[in-house]
Amino acid sequence: MSDPNDGPGERDHADALEAIPDRDGSTSDADGVARTDGGNVGVDSPFEVVSQVEETRLDRFRKLYDTYIRAPFLIIWTDWRARIGFTIVFTYLFMGLVGPHIIEPTEVGEAGALAKPFQNMDYPLGTDDMGRDLLSQVVFSTTEILKMVTSGALATVGVGTMVGAIAGYKGGWIDTVLSSITDIFINLPGLPTVMVLALLLPIGNNPYVVGLLLSIAAWGGLARAIRSQMLTLRGESFVEASRAMGISSRAIIFKEIVPHLMPFVVINLTNAARRVIFSAVALYYLGILPFENLNWGITLNLAYGSGAHYRPGALHWFLVPMIAIIVFSVGLILLGQSLDRVFNPRVRARHEKRSEGSEADGEDDEMTAEATVGGV
Amino acid sequence: MVNIDWRLRRLGQTAFTAWAVITLSFVIVRMMPGNPMGAMIQQLERRGMDPVRARQLVELRLSIDPTKPIPAAYVDYMVNMVQGNLGQSVYYQESVVDIIAQSLPWTLFVLSWATFISFFIGISVGALMAYWEGGKLDVGLTSWAILMGSIPFYVLAIMLLIFMSYRWGFFPTGGKRPTGIEPGLTWPFISGVIHHAALPILSMIVASGVASLGMRGNAIRVLGEDYLRVARLRGLSDVTISTQYVARNAILPMYTTLLIGIGEMFGGSIVLEQVFQYRGVGWYMLSATYQRDYPLMMGGFVVITLAVVIALLIADLTYGYLDPRARGQESESY
Repeated sequence: MSDPNDGPGERDHADALEAIPDRDGSTSDADGVARTDGGNVGVDSPFEVVSQVEETRLDRFRKLYDTYIRAPFLIIWTDWRARIGFTIVFTYLFMGLVGPHIIEPTEVGEAGALAKPFQNMDYPLGTDDMGRDLLSQVVFSTTEILKMVTSGALATVGVGTMVGAIAGYKGGWIDTVLSSITDIFINLPGLPTVMVLALLLPIGNNPYVVGLLLSIAAWGGLARAIRSQMLTLRGESFVEASRAMGISSRAIIFKEIVPHLMPFVVINLTNAARRVIFSAVALYYLGILPFENLNWGITLNLAYGSGAHYRPGALHWFLVPMIAIIVFSVGLILLGQSLDRVFNPRVRARHEKRSEGSEADGEDDEMTAEATVGGV
Repeated sequence: MVNIDWRLRRLGQTAFTAWAVITLSFVIVRMMPGNPMGAMIQQLERRGMDPVRARQLVELRLSIDPTKPIPAAYVDYMVNMVQGNLGQSVYYQESVVDIIAQSLPWTLFVLSWATFISFFIGISVGALMAYWEGGKLDVGLTSWAILMGSIPFYVLAIMLLIFMSYRWGFFPTGGKRPTGIEPGLTWPFISGVIHHAALPILSMIVASGVASLGMRGNAIRVLGEDYLRVARLRGLSDVTISTQYVARNAILPMYTTLLIGIGEMFGGSIVLEQVFQYRGVGWYMLSATYQRDYPLMMGGFVVITLAVVIALLIADLTYGYLDPRARGQESESY
């Protein structure tokens, strides 16, 4: 439902603003002695003076940097979980972006089969049954996984936020339609859906497309959560004021309300990233998608396929990709929780409520965790 | 909107979702690029089968007549679905309904126990952690739960399989029932079944340790509420406070988590059953995917989805009894 008095509302407002000085001038002339309005104001009034400090573009950038990057980062950095989380995530980013330029790609028969880790420093993590270096496999996999995470997490969070925000704000039949669609997607079991689509759609081995595919069955939960937050926010007075001023629904949703939800959205980005990793690895582990470049799931698949689970001396073949997945996921969880701690007013409110007796113990608030039981 | 009973509305919603899912499966089978129907006809023709005969065979298997226009084929497909005819498996040469009917109970067995036990453990451990918030137990369990939450359940499943089955031999390495024992309500058979299901259930339980963190957060939040203080001032007994006030309010949000988890668990059963070679619906669906056995694959997809839909319906309906606030609310539209 679009607002019918969109344009007129804005014009009225502008007219009213223009009209104010005229009326003021006439009234102040009229009364002589009793200065109930505060009288005439001279030219040197602070209200008339334009800012004397020139703000250069650099200043403005610095200010933006201070408010949006430096300050939040410093706040987050005080939390130990954030430090660990950030370090882990940045290590993986480094590994995925720079790693392939440092470490050579591995080849079949490069070394002896199933070399143990930490024995030959040329192959620090050992080799698989065809003599391929596992360290190199992990590093090159990281690039692939990061590509999937980028497209998958962004798509999940983008679609989820948009649908949830519109449904929650608009209400009425739009809400009914969007919520029904969301419900269908929530009901679709993730892996089977992705499996069927992966088999039938011409996906090939483009990791970005795989990420998008994985987001199909993932955005529903977020959309529902955003919608319910929207239901409380839409009643706030600043929203009512914006509506009274005739601002379009789109501007209200995306310029006024969604920024309030941004922390929640950012936290969910880390959850979505974790989910994409879990599902992508599962999908590749099952061997459903064709592949060209290695990733952790394929390493697991090859290991299982050649019986590493009962072959003696092949355990590290499983462990290397598994640890890569687990550490990344721990990093994302810690990051999400520390962000939650900094941003989430519910967490802060709870600590303020419990007035006495409890020292600030840094160990609570696992709100982010509750939405992500299970994995795939 | 008119003020209908929320239960009726929820029921309508479920019917709509079920219809949408079946329609989606039709769209996938019949209309998507690279759709199974076309692929199957090609497969048969490549083997040198007469085109007319191939089309008949495909119709039998998929219960979609390839020669009919899409709307008519859609109506046929829906009628078949409602009658419970999901076509015939190409690989197993059996009706899809039969295969699923004999494998679904196994999947449900594992999933329901996994859900029930992890929910129970999550609630009790979470409550303990909230009670001793900040203590050693709390910090330890929290870190443990975070670590467990970062391990995908299938990774855990593979590890359990390697150690508990292959290395130490505590549990069977695969399968779903003991071999050589007559199925029946006898103790050897039942214990064998439990023995086979133990590892799949265990890997799901351990991986869902995150649930306890959710419970912990809820309980701490409730413990900080003013109404709890009032309840204490009114001199209510500790038992009343902990069961009527804390437990009820802290568990309610967990219930929602559980509901959303059902879908994930059903999806996850595919990987789980592959790891343990446990022949449930997920295993058959995966094997159908490998064999390009489209009727069985789509049948598995539809059945798993419907199972999730029904599970969520039951959960939602019972939720209304637990939380009176959930019984339908209307909001003004802007």
